[in-house]
Amino acid sequence: MSAVKYTRDHEWVKVEGNIATVGITDFAVQELGDLVYVELPVIGDEVRAGERLAAVESVKAASDVFAPVSGEVVEANEALDDDAGLLNESPMDEGWIARVEMSDPKELDALMDRTEYDEFVKEASH
Amino acid sequence: MKGPQSLIFELSSPGRTAASLPAPEVPTPNLSSLLPAHVLRNDPPGLPEVSEMDVVRHFVNLSQLNHSVDNGFYPLGSCTMKYNPKVNEDAARMPGFAQIHPDQDEATVQGAMELLYSMDRYLSELCGMSRFTFQPAAGAHGEITGLFVIRAYHESRGEHRTQVLVPDSAHGTNPASAAGAGMEIVVVKSDERGNVDVGDLRSKVGPSTAALMLTNPNTLGLFEENVREIAALVHGCGALLYYDGANANAIMGKSRPGDMGFDVVHLNVHKTLSTPHGGGGPGAGPVGVKSFLEPFLPAPLVKLDDATGMYVWDYDRPKSIGRVHSFNGNFGVVVKAWAYIRSMGPDGLKAASEHAVLAANYVMRKLQPYYDLPYDRDCKHECVLAGTRQKREHGVRTLDIAKRLLDFGFHAPTIYFPLIVDEAMMIEPTETESRETLDRFIDAMIKIAREAEEHPEVLHDAPHHTPVGRLDETAAARKPILRYTRES
Repeated sequence: MSAVKYTRDHEWVKVEGNIATVGITDFAVQELGDLVYVELPVIGDEVRAGERLAAVESVKAASDVFAPVSGEVVEANEALDDDAGLLNESPMDEGWIARVEMSDPKELDALMDRTEYDEFVKEASH
Repeated sequence: MKGPQSLIFELSSPGRTAASLPAPEVPTPNLSSLLPAHVLRNDPPGLPEVSEMDVVRHFVNLSQLNHSVDNGFYPLGSCTMKYNPKVNEDAARMPGFAQIHPDQDEATVQGAMELLYSMDRYLSELCGMSRFTFQPAAGAHGEITGLFVIRAYHESRGEHRTQVLVPDSAHGTNPASAAGAGMEIVVVKSDERGNVDVGDLRSKVGPSTAALMLTNPNTLGLFEENVREIAALVHGCGALLYYDGANANAIMGKSRPGDMGFDVVHLNVHKTLSTPHGGGGPGAGPVGVKSFLEPFLPAPLVKLDDATGMYVWDYDRPKSIGRVHSFNGNFGVVVKAWAYIRSMGPDGLKAASEHAVLAANYVMRKLQPYYDLPYDRDCKHECVLAGTRQKREHGVRTLDIAKRLLDFGFHAPTIYFPLIVDEAMMIEPTETESRETLDRFIDAMIKIAREAEEHPEVLHDAPHHTPVGRLDETAAARKPILRYTRES
């Protein structure tokens, strides 16, 4: 099992081979409150790291989800169409949002590991 | 207080009607002999069958469940829920305003045209602008109109500028309008005093910038202290400044967007000039510009023909962006705003802003010991407190605090906005509330802060005294039921 990496915009990315699975973190979900809608990316779309990949809407706010890595969207979690609550129940697993075939895996080096991310969240909430 | 009401469909009884019509004196052919089968419905529409009294009681009872400025304090920040003087309604209902048609000959509606002409002068003076259009039907409509004007200006100079800068404290309508106008949105950060971060702005403004959209005072209720420097920076790059008038109630007669360096302004007449908040009904978002942008305003504009002394429609505006509304916008709303300006007079408008600012600062300083104050500066017409302490120490969310306020008979403040403040509560008392009302609100907020410490469960379950208790907003958003279906 590969390591999970984190962005400063509170996305996580898990890499298997050349495929990056992307979601939003447990912290992000906790901040957003109950999620009610997820706008999934279109399969086949090219995304660049840092650009908008998807959008999530909670009872509190609507937020963009940014692509942690560049590449082509190869899969979107359609289960979220029926039940956005999956994001609240299982943000780091069943609530994954999309899979991206990476064009530049080196981009992963710029992302944080869990310890760094926890530290980042702790600082940000001060 | 009244309990939940039945749906009008549930009151239906087969065959009951509100009106008994006489029997027709002409033959009544069957519909199927007049229309082809594929356009006929299979079942009759499920309309409620009720008596006139059922209808009247149903809707009067529903209306009494409403909270409005006319029956209680309504400190909904950034919405400026100010009192709507009834004289405005009298003015708008005068037959010379209410019973005319925009296609009438100009000679027969000189009074209405004079009103638009003079309103243009008043708003221009108030905002430091040169000319106003009254076509936009609301603030956000004004925003996109203003952006079209800005784009037309740049294009007239052979420049194709595609970016609109928007502070991270901005109303959501700003980026939405920019996106609607086909522009790219660039977000500018706020600094630790709640101002636009000038350094961040400097790094983002450039030859692609069409405009900066700014609200001043901003959504933190704070005056942008560096607005002159900001204007110089933006103009220095050839871009324009757009003033979102959402918070203009703080500055009437005190400072003018035009003097701050803004080129385009919209006013929300329902916020600043005491017209009703529509609930989807007619509104107005007049847009004013400096003289160099006048040629691009929507046409027609009212002009005074010096030769004849008559007001006429000026359609001869070749650089105009065109119409943004049918006819001349929502004229009746402009009449109400005009009546307000004339009843208040210049000194009255200035006093209104002073009182609005005083009331907000009074509430802020009285509540400061009990709630967190993320930006500790004198505020303008609204203040932003935060329920962070209550959340951290007692597990009470700002949502709970807002819901509990309903039990005290107050409308809740705006919550979770602006987005840059955690657990934000944005309180805007407006100028018309008495000190007694403000004190009752302050007492309620202090009581709620105590409850958060001592009985947080009271807040988690609030409201307790309203017709319905805490609604499941998540379920309503996830599984909305948008149609009534008859139970069989």
